[in-house]
Amino acid sequence: MALKFRAGQQLVSAVDSTAVIVIKAPAAEGTVTCGGVAMATAGESVTAAEPDPALLGGTQIGKRYVDEADTIQLLCTKAGQGTLALDGSPLRIQAAKPLPASD
Amino acid sequence: MRLTLLLDMAADGFGDRVLAGRRSGGITAAELSRRSHSGAALVRERAADALVYLDVNGPAFPVALFAAARAAVPLVPLNYRLGQRQLDELLARHPTALGIGPPGALAHFERAGLTAMTSDDWLEQTRADRGEITDDGQGDDENPVAVVIYTSGTTSAPKGVLLRHDNLVSYVIGSVEFAAAGETEAALVSVPPYHIAAVANVITNLYAGRRTLVLEAFTPGEWLRTVREEEVSSAMVVPTMLARIIDGEDDRSVPTLRSLSYGGAPMPAALIERALREWTGVGFVNAYGLTETSSTVALLGPEDHRAAIESADPAARARLSSVGRPLPGIELEIRGVGGEVLGPGQPGRICVRGAQVSAEYAGLGSAVDDRGFFDTRDDGFLDADGYLFVSGRTDDTIIRGAENIAPAEIEDVLLRHPAVLDAVVFGVPDQEWGQRIEAAVVARPDVAVDPADLREFTLRALRSSKTPDRFWLLEELPRTETGKLLRRLVPGLIPPAKTE
Repeated sequence: MALKFRAGQQLVSAVDSTAVIVIKAPAAEGTVTCGGVAMATAGESVTAAEPDPALLGGTQIGKRYVDEADTIQLLCTKAGQGTLALDGSPLRIQAAKPLPASD
Repeated sequence: MRLTLLLDMAADGFGDRVLAGRRSGGITAAELSRRSHSGAALVRERAADALVYLDVNGPAFPVALFAAARAAVPLVPLNYRLGQRQLDELLARHPTALGIGPPGALAHFERAGLTAMTSDDWLEQTRADRGEITDDGQGDDENPVAVVIYTSGTTSAPKGVLLRHDNLVSYVIGSVEFAAAGETEAALVSVPPYHIAAVANVITNLYAGRRTLVLEAFTPGEWLRTVREEEVSSAMVVPTMLARIIDGEDDRSVPTLRSLSYGGAPMPAALIERALREWTGVGFVNAYGLTETSSTVALLGPEDHRAAIESADPAARARLSSVGRPLPGIELEIRGVGGEVLGPGQPGRICVRGAQVSAEYAGLGSAVDDRGFFDTRDDGFLDADGYLFVSGRTDDTIIRGAENIAPAEIEDVLLRHPAVLDAVVFGVPDQEWGQRIEAAVVARPDVAVDPADLREFTLRALRSSKTPDRFWLLEELPRTETGKLLRRLVPGLIPPAKTE
């Protein structure tokens, strides 16, 4: 099921412990999957599912995940084993561009 | 998005890392998380609707911040140096809060009807396991207020700025990389807990995985000693602190310091130039932000500082007086008197928009316009490369004839005079000009100041219309603890009978 994303939205995986926050939302509706299974919005009831064994690339806490066209950016808040994807295309880790500390 | 999400991530990602206090015996990320649950249970047991923090900065502060966040009540850090009347007035706005402070503060809390405990007691009691507090959707507010900060009221009565969870979390996620700090990094905090920089400091360093150390009471000697002994790698100061460090007699070697950020008040150009020459191994960061914007909205980084100081080109050097470029999550516009958006080089009002911008006041609501922009009431302009120059508060502008004059520009010149320690420029009602310009200066110890010499000095740097008509000599200038000039108090300090 395609979702209209918004920044700040939290998504949880149905196949493992993975949780993400939408940092940048694509303009169009889409489906974010983890391990090949659609992620649910936080608060929604989640039916546990088995991941696609071919989609177990894993996620790292605190990393940002983006698609090739840079339409979506997700921040991983809980790590897991599944691969994140938008409409079937796997997301990749965005290189960090840290700002100097100012506080 | 709740602040506790950042803490849960830290506890999950680097739970054993010490985040507050000394390397041995400090509070780890996992312990801070446990204590936040315990503290939230204490808040709920008392049915408190806020947590008032009335103490110096210390380990009790981050515990209070995250306990309040976990309990979904606001943390209200108050200035422990306020007079009784002002304090009573602020406490009366939070009658059902839980108060935390030193033993001497308990009487204040009691008088205002709050339940209270000492900070030591708070640290002792939050050790105990009181079970996990999960947000049970109390109040159904998805985005509650996380922190209330009262403005220093340099121009009017204090206003409570409401910073919601989304504002603070957006600021952190938008400007800090998770776990980016090395194991040995340590940040030194010298600002009091009721300042936005202290709140931002706790949450940004937590997310970066950087240990924070607190200087309870700032003195230049203590600051320098702590930097060396605790091998501090980054620190934040306000300009008056930097002035005292650079002007003092103490040993100024800071071998481990890599980053020094400053903000909170305008930095005199002469001072930052001296600091850059003194500490060649330090990366300087000028941060511009307001309480209402959850701290920094624009910053001038270390490379920009070095490029400016090493350049002979006046335009490049001028960058040292800029606050750099807006953060990625901030949209910034300069607007004219009619609200129209102005182009590069044109001075006007600085307006900002972004998820970190709260612009919300207790009892007054939101101050953003229909496009979501917040008018900072600071004047400034952007240069052709997008660097922001802040000329001062709109309310401080002197209108002489038809000319708008920013006092800061003249003050900056006066502060370059070798006999001048501190300076303020202000407008005085004038029959001919509407306002005329006067200045008050504080002389360096054992140095004589000659008004004619000051006038000559100012005239060499600025047009005559910007040269003060009169110079006064004061013992010291009224400033807040964080170095903000209380300009409205200055005219009252001028002796009425005395001239020049």
